Amino acid sequence: MLHTFVAYVDDLPGVLTRVASLFRRLNINIHSLTVGRSEQAGLSRMTVVCEASFEASHRIRASLYKLENVVNVDDITQAPSVTRELALIKVAATPRNRSQVFELVEVFRARIVDLAPESLTIEMTGVESKIEGLIQVLNEGEGRVLEICRSGKLTMRRGHHTSGVLKAMSTGEDELVQELVEDSAFVEPE
Amino acid sequence: MGNDANTQASTNPPTRLTGAEIVWATLVGEGVTDVFGYPGGAILPVYDALRKFPIHHTLVRHEQGAAHMADGYSRASGKVGVCIATSGPGATNLVTGIATAMLDSIPIVCITGNVSSKVLGTDAFQEVDITGITLPVTKHNFLINKTEDIAAAIRYAFQIAKSARPGPVLVDITKDAQQGTAIFDFEAAKPRPVRLHPMRKFEVSGLEQAAELIRNAKRPVILAGHGIIESGAMEQVRTLAERAQIPIAMTLLGLGAIPASHPLNLGMMGMHGESWVNHAIQDADLLIACGMRFDDRVTGTTATYATKAKKIHIDVDPAEINKLIKVDVPLIGDLLEVLEALLPRISGRGRDGAAWLNTIESIKGDSAVRDIKNLPDNGHLYAAHVIHDIWRITGGKAIVVTDVGQHQMWEAQYYHHEQPRTLITSGGLGTMGFSLPAAIGAKFACPDKEVWVIAGDGGFQMTSAELSTIAQEGIKINIAIINNGYLGMVRQWQEFFYERNYEATPLVSPDFVKLAEAHGIQGLTVRTRAELANAVNTARSAPGAFLLNFKVEKEESVYPMVSAGSALHEMIRRPGKDPLEES
Repeated sequence: MLHTFVAYVDDLPGVLTRVASLFRRLNINIHSLTVGRSEQAGLSRMTVVCEASFEASHRIRASLYKLENVVNVDDITQAPSVTRELALIKVAATPRNRSQVFELVEVFRARIVDLAPESLTIEMTGVESKIEGLIQVLNEGEGRVLEICRSGKLTMRRGHHTSGVLKAMSTGEDELVQELVEDSAFVEPE
Repeated sequence: MGNDANTQASTNPPTRLTGAEIVWATLVGEGVTDVFGYPGGAILPVYDALRKFPIHHTLVRHEQGAAHMADGYSRASGKVGVCIATSGPGATNLVTGIATAMLDSIPIVCITGNVSSKVLGTDAFQEVDITGITLPVTKHNFLINKTEDIAAAIRYAFQIAKSARPGPVLVDITKDAQQGTAIFDFEAAKPRPVRLHPMRKFEVSGLEQAAELIRNAKRPVILAGHGIIESGAMEQVRTLAERAQIPIAMTLLGLGAIPASHPLNLGMMGMHGESWVNHAIQDADLLIACGMRFDDRVTGTTATYATKAKKIHIDVDPAEINKLIKVDVPLIGDLLEVLEALLPRISGRGRDGAAWLNTIESIKGDSAVRDIKNLPDNGHLYAAHVIHDIWRITGGKAIVVTDVGQHQMWEAQYYHHEQPRTLITSGGLGTMGFSLPAAIGAKFACPDKEVWVIAGDGGFQMTSAELSTIAQEGIKINIAIINNGYLGMVRQWQEFFYERNYEATPLVSPDFVKLAEAHGIQGLTVRTRAELANAVNTARSAPGAFLLNFKVEKEESVYPMVSAGSALHEMIRRPGKDPLEES
């Protein structure tokens, strides 16, 4: 099954490689990986979609946390979330047949962002299935699909946020330590 | 002691030092007294600064040896081992040793030089992306190109290496960083407190469940692994076993955690473990896994592993839980802490273990008869004889460093270790060539202990150049080569599974005694059992290092064996018709 992980990682050189290398080592295939700035200075937000068994979630999270630069890992595969992907799709279209494409674009509520004598470029934001749907319909139509650029999954839990990270960064490490001390098992290292 | 050096380093006022000096000053502050390495252009500034610092450097003959020495040093002492190499080939030569430490969770810090940061990424002379190469085989690694970052990186490296589940850390320092200067402040370079793994927790409910399972178990077995030694929980495991009358099965790396002579110690489990141990596990109704990871050498096929047993898994690494074997009660934390929390819930009056223990005794049954060391001397020399005699003569008290292969399994079967950190062996990676350099590291860690190398003719040749290191350092190590003219373990697999097609396994070796003598080390060849004891004693009493070349039976196999695809109880046993019949 496909798992979706949202990880907060240090915004430092090489961190992306460390995460990618970890998935390689665990022999897990990454479907898509997006990374960009987050709401916290110094932290990047990484969204990884990967193919693994249901039980593998625990191991993936546990292994990610073993990387020094990983601050928080959330498995939101099953969680209610808002998911979007951005796609730019270039289609071969001449003035004679481009109106058919215009109609499709309107049905899918996408936008035309480039128009040239022999091609046009569509921008679509939506859930993966909608983008897949548009691509499929375009493929079945007259114009050839020339180029597709997809961003990969962007996703965010509805309502509840990954508060552990916010706490750790805004109130300082000690607060997080304090929280853990209240749990049964934490022992302050030397 | 680390603490004294620590205090000394921190009470010195911050001074301006070169990057090279900062490297050594930080190591001194971390309590390092010995390093193992090999110089080169990209690490030369660091080597030039060494004379100002009270650290002993051992020059190796191959950087793989340096990594294994740091590893052996750590396994024998419990401290963090340190190795140093130059850029390019020097760094890549460390990789096997780093991977060895990674798979066995051994804390070492590897320092490599790299080309100047100005030419990094241009395929400069002896440049290699060692941090990229070692990503999957280190806990973490650093590329340092600024002098002021060196101290903090090294201190952080030490912290990572020894915290939670230990492992190797690499610090790659560019040449210009070594040559620059910066203010060195040991205290200020201290890393933040260790961030505990967020999934590392055990709760009261888990402890209660575990205690309940233990109370009600009819056929429990404790699975004792390397984690006991790394956590220092030997006493707690023993107490649990004694209080609840539970027998203990050992992994290879767990040997010595519980004394071999302890009445509840069943012996080693797994692919070449004792048959009664494997039977006991397959019949058990409860397994208590302490600091072990259900490695494939230990379980046989997972689908048929201990299917009747509930499983409690105590480990500090959350990623190990349910990785290969589904467990019922995970207790994720430091073994010592978890057991300290669990023991008050285990009553001494709860269980009567006698029935189960008697059952296991009766399974042992005819194994003693088949055991090779009990059989009369028919003139052939067997590895089991060699190891048994070394065990007997050393009183079972030596530090034994094995290589990898049949001899390694025989050592585990016939040398009975009473103390932790006395068996040093590459389990997870199974690295041939490990033994000689690791023994050198162990000897530096424990100069007053008797150290033995037990190696096969194949593995020994992989790193035999380190004989020169022994000669140069003038250290006393006894070397036993189990010489059967084959890559024995591979030959055994070819015998069992590839219809005796001995492809690429017969081995022509040098005369090891002459080889030793060429290095300035004495040696003796032994061909019969009658000569054994004398030879061992000669080696022991020689003032310097000594090599014994034991020419053993060529086609002997390790029994029992759980072959690939078999269940743990489906062992290949030594054939009943005895090859050692008196003529």
